[in-house]
Amino acid sequence: MTLLRAILAELLALFVDDSRLALQVLGLVCAITALVKLAALEPLLASALLLIGCICILVASVLHRAKS
Amino acid sequence: MPTFTALSSTVTAAFLGSLVEVVEAFTIVLAVGITRSWKPALIGAGLALALLVGLVVIFGPLIALIPIHLMQFVVGVLLLMFGMRWLRKAILRAAGVIALHDEAMAFAKETDLLTRQAAERRADYLAGLAAFKAVLLEGVEVVFIVIAVGTARGLTLYAGLGALAAVILVVCVGAILHRPLTQIPENTLKFAVGLMLTAFGVFWLGEGLGADWPGADLALLYILASLVAVSAGTVSLARRATPKARSL
Repeated sequence: MTLLRAILAELLALFVDDSRLALQVLGLVCAITALVKLAALEPLLASALLLIGCICILVASVLHRAKS
Repeated sequence: MPTFTALSSTVTAAFLGSLVEVVEAFTIVLAVGITRSWKPALIGAGLALALLVGLVVIFGPLIALIPIHLMQFVVGVLLLMFGMRWLRKAILRAAGVIALHDEAMAFAKETDLLTRQAAERRADYLAGLAAFKAVLLEGVEVVFIVIAVGTARGLTLYAGLGALAAVILVVCVGAILHRPLTQIPENTLKFAVGLMLTAFGVFWLGEGLGADWPGADLALLYILASLVAVSAGTVSLARRATPKARSL
């Protein structure tokens, strides 16, 4: 049971280390998907926004941790 | 027919990502082998490998049933979360905000634990379990990397070969040196893999959303280049932003 819990915890930790970062990435993906599906945003433009959004989230997350 | 860019980036990402994980698993198996004996170390590692192969054989074919755009989207999201997590940590380590992973310290910690357990009646079982857990947990990450970078373009076999090359390299070098592989520049590797996996994540998510990237697979290179530039800049920004640097 302990081993199974360790494996599940490791699986979750594969994607979520800093919960704030994970939530921001998921939020960005949801927002961009919604813009493509509901507001007919051009997929290539959406992909460019995705890259810019990921970069902003990464920089903000690193600087937040560095300052704390 | 896969392009050279797709093939080389897939194999490189799988090889480097697996190398980092295999080195970590090797450290624990080596600690068990040297401190206790090689029998529980090899049985534990072997059982974990068998379980990993079993999981891949059972769940691998199911992935082929998922529609391609949905798979690209899901794989893209997972790669983005996995890659950005590695990249963030590697930037923080490169900037000196958090400590570097120390393979020698991990080896010493495991050796110390095994020595304290040596008097117990089930010492062999505990030693084997430590090897089993290390190989299984690090192996799960290797399996994820192989499936994630390989599946969306049907390059799982090539990604698997990249991972296998990493395993063979670590086992051969480790068997010759007979000590933890502390000389491997782990953070540099994690930095490179984090960059590559994040680039793959953006690329696949874009494809999953229906984007036709200019230059097709070459888009991976300019996504990667922009991530490299931003990450390098973020390292120096983070260095200056730490409270220690600000107080100087």
